[in-house]
Amino acid sequence: MDIALQLTVENLLARYTHAIDDDQLEAWPDFFVEGARYHITTAENHERGLPLSLVHADSRAMLRDRVNALRHANVYEAQRYRHVFSAVLVERIDMQTVRAVSSFQVVRIMHSGEATLFASGRCIDRIHLAGENGQAQFEERLVILDSRRVDTLLAIPL
Amino acid sequence: MSTEQQTRAWPAERLTRVPYWVYQDEDIYCREQEKIFRGNTWNFLGLEAELPNAGDFKTSFLGDMPVVVTRDEQGELRAFENRCAHRGALLCIAPRGNVKRITCVYHNWSYDLAGNLKSVAFRQGINGKGGMQESACPQSQSPRKLRVAAIAGLIFGTLSEATPPLEQYLGPQIVARIRRVMHKPVKLLGGYSQMFPNNWKLYLDNVKDTYHASLLHLFFAKFRLNRLSQQGGVIVDGDGGNHVSFTMMQTDRRDTVYESAGVRSAQGGLRLEAPELLDSVDEIGDGITLQILAVFPNFVLQQIMNSLAVRQVVPRGVNETELVWTCFGYQDDDEKMDALRMRQSNFIGPAGFISMEDGAATGFVQRGVQGASGNASVIEMGGDRIASDESRVTETSVRGLWQAYRGHMGL
Repeated sequence: MDIALQLTVENLLARYTHAIDDDQLEAWPDFFVEGARYHITTAENHERGLPLSLVHADSRAMLRDRVNALRHANVYEAQRYRHVFSAVLVERIDMQTVRAVSSFQVVRIMHSGEATLFASGRCIDRIHLAGENGQAQFEERLVILDSRRVDTLLAIPL
Repeated sequence: MSTEQQTRAWPAERLTRVPYWVYQDEDIYCREQEKIFRGNTWNFLGLEAELPNAGDFKTSFLGDMPVVVTRDEQGELRAFENRCAHRGALLCIAPRGNVKRITCVYHNWSYDLAGNLKSVAFRQGINGKGGMQESACPQSQSPRKLRVAAIAGLIFGTLSEATPPLEQYLGPQIVARIRRVMHKPVKLLGGYSQMFPNNWKLYLDNVKDTYHASLLHLFFAKFRLNRLSQQGGVIVDGDGGNHVSFTMMQTDRRDTVYESAGVRSAQGGLRLEAPELLDSVDEIGDGITLQILAVFPNFVLQQIMNSLAVRQVVPRGVNETELVWTCFGYQDDDEKMDALRMRQSNFIGPAGFISMEDGAATGFVQRGVQGASGNASVIEMGGDRIASDESRVTETSVRGLWQAYRGHMGL
């Protein structure tokens, strides 16, 4: 096992989840390369080979648009997430590229104090090791929700 | 008259007032199941595209009653209650599949694809011992069968013999607008459910409220997908419970009504870095970029540019509603069209730039009226009539919904 590689990937995932959970959404697109794909789908759609996603972004520009919309356009109640990720499997594809699979759970905390298990699932990532500023970045992040149900709305990214 | 009875009387203003207790009462919820969902209404059950082959089944709901929808050996669509005649267990647990027979897992009683009880395990007992008496009639508790009708690939069912034929129930203009979207074979693109923290009628009310669309949803207003000053209209059909609203693209390029009125959703400097999100094709060829069609009590057909979907409203108790989204394209879509529809899927569903807000708004009503069962909502935009209108600054289709509702409920 390549410990350094494992730590590189886990460090990327840790920084990513802290950025979201700490409401640093403007920093979120920078975890991706310019032409990255970021899709959120359900296990049901994924297993049936159906292409529908809840979020379907094919560029970093689309991720910035989503943050902009969340900040300035969309109406939703104040809420935060707490991500927990685990079981990170890392597989090197070539010198520059890694495939990673990890599990996650997200607790959603409403401004009222109500905390619920909002989402669980796995991420299948394709990671570019030598991205901008020498940091690893996602080329592709496929978020597969275990459940087909989403409570009320999914505004903040996973 | 007790206080309770006084607060449960419909306000004298009739259709321009909806009392808040209709969203709150457990007994109203139970009566709705009987009088509306299991009464004289056609309920959407699914797409024919979900059941292409003989033996295909899917599970669905008639209100909160579980049903099975099948395509039998002859290719006919069938629907029946998802309940075993024996002890009432669910017959089909999987959401979909293909079978020759349907067998209850509890005691192995089995049914054909039309829901007829075909065999009772060990009915004669074993070695002459046990079993049922000759006179037993387990069929007396068979799952109820629905009348099934399909229009342009949409499957509807009703438990009542008194429900008028489907096309008559829909009304001619709704039929025409269904055929407009479902004009060629479709292919499934996927689905998901959005759970609404509110009564089912608040969702239906939201869908029928043409007045809210460009006020709540910035994406509509800011990018001129649907502003109330754009050309369009709303058509109310059937007994008032069915409606279609539509918008023509880019007929008001220069209007500043929203900006000068200081409406929140038109403010702010939202610019898309990836404007291809708004790319669309006039694939039906009539310039209508947005059409929302709803059929009482549980069906929505959506065309938002090239994003096509059906939505099924499933009540899950007084305070919770599941909205089952199924998105589709056409079978002859090429790769470019597939990609366009997928990009536009960002508008809809729980994470949709447009649809996410409906879950928030309807939940705010459910919470807001908690102490106000004796009060009522004010539905007076466009006066007190129920009529088709060229203006969408109207609540005419909301009043139509309540007219239909009261008719079915006898309220």
